Amino acid sequence: MALSRDQMAIRVARELQDGYYVNLGIGIPTLVANHVPDGMDVMLQSENGLLGMGPFPTEDQIDPDLINAGKQLVTTAKGASIFSSAESFAMIRGGHVDLTVLGAFEVDVNGNIASWMIPGKLIKGMGGAMDLVAGADNIVVMMTHADKYGNSKLLPQCNLPLTGAGCITQVLTDLAYVEIRDGKFHLVERAPGVSVEEIVEKTAGEMVVPDHVPEIQF
Amino acid sequence: MAGFDKVVNTYEEAMAGLEDGMTVIAGGFGICGIPENLINQIKKMGTKELTIISNNCGIDGFGLGVLLEDRQIKKMVSSYVGENKLFEEQLLSGQLEVELTPQGTLAEKMRAAGAGIPAFYTATGYGTDIGEGKDVREFNGRKYILEESIQGDFSIVKAWKADRYGNAIYRNTAMNFNPMAATAGKICVMEVEEIVEPGELDPMYIHTPGIYVDRLIQGTFEKRIEKRTVREG
Repeated sequence: MALSRDQMAIRVARELQDGYYVNLGIGIPTLVANHVPDGMDVMLQSENGLLGMGPFPTEDQIDPDLINAGKQLVTTAKGASIFSSAESFAMIRGGHVDLTVLGAFEVDVNGNIASWMIPGKLIKGMGGAMDLVAGADNIVVMMTHADKYGNSKLLPQCNLPLTGAGCITQVLTDLAYVEIRDGKFHLVERAPGVSVEEIVEKTAGEMVVPDHVPEIQF
Repeated sequence: MAGFDKVVNTYEEAMAGLEDGMTVIAGGFGICGIPENLINQIKKMGTKELTIISNNCGIDGFGLGVLLEDRQIKKMVSSYVGENKLFEEQLLSGQLEVELTPQGTLAEKMRAAGAGIPAFYTATGYGTDIGEGKDVREFNGRKYILEESIQGDFSIVKAWKADRYGNAIYRNTAMNFNPMAATAGKICVMEVEEIVEPGELDPMYIHTPGIYVDRLIQGTFEKRIEKRTVREG
């Protein structure tokens, strides 16, 4: 069975460590915040200028001056700090954020990522995605293995305009956990009940498969 | 005005001198921390052919979106746009030009302009369409592209409180692009919720020193919410 969105978030949350500063992209990556292991302290960075993002406000906590990068109302967590967008991207570009999780349309064997633009559709812009992928050392891409037409999103070469070049080393899809190095995908883990054959078949780029590919445990 | 007193009393005075074809740098992220009344004043003035540097272009009927109604904007430099129908229409019909710029690069372009730095190297956008045609240089084995800073004829910013000298404090994430925008305009116009007397704000907690601010005005703000995400109490 392919992983649900929550199961994907649970798996990515296992990459968290106590004391990590983490930037979660818009969409599925935000679910990772719901699965921070008990007893672990993690601080969420929001690129508009907030480190230590709390949950959505209750009705009586609403503050129009306090939003996240998705323009949603939020609260501050204990120990939060607020700063300008230049400061925010200084910490991103400067490599101070420990883990970045973001979605993508395509990833390829050379670690290129396309996540912001589909030619022919309305182009809305890259927001902070290009800065995030250029600045972070530790990035996990979270996406479905194939698009809704069944086309693989793990490619020999990205077709869509790039968000960043050579910057992705880890991808968690609904079928597998994949690492990228030496110009190849490497299958590391598979979703429970999903065969290695199915994953390889749905991966357009070259995939190295070790003898044993463990199932992701829940 | 006398000495360091930056206060003006009307929005007409605040935006006096803005002319067709000028470049305006605006603070704000989404519709949070935007200079609502200064934008409305530009709408009222009917100034055209403007280049607007702002992370976003407001929404239909609010924020910078109102400047689309009478086609006052010629070009937008932003990281994320298209939350408004009118924007989409004008973009697709070729009436509006858009230069998409990564968010961190946009913030740094403003910061650099205000700090007297004409250009800077960044890894952001290298190897993508954004890097095309830009100077590339390698430092410590990594490739960077040269990005030029952006100065505005005017910058329009929103702060929470300021003293009459323009020493200002922002509130929560309404800070966003405002501090850099404040430094990047030849004329910086700041609107705030409250003006206090010099000495009332603790100098240790000033975000924007008054040296950057040319005109200061107190206004009232609607503070519309773009995405009302609320949890059960």
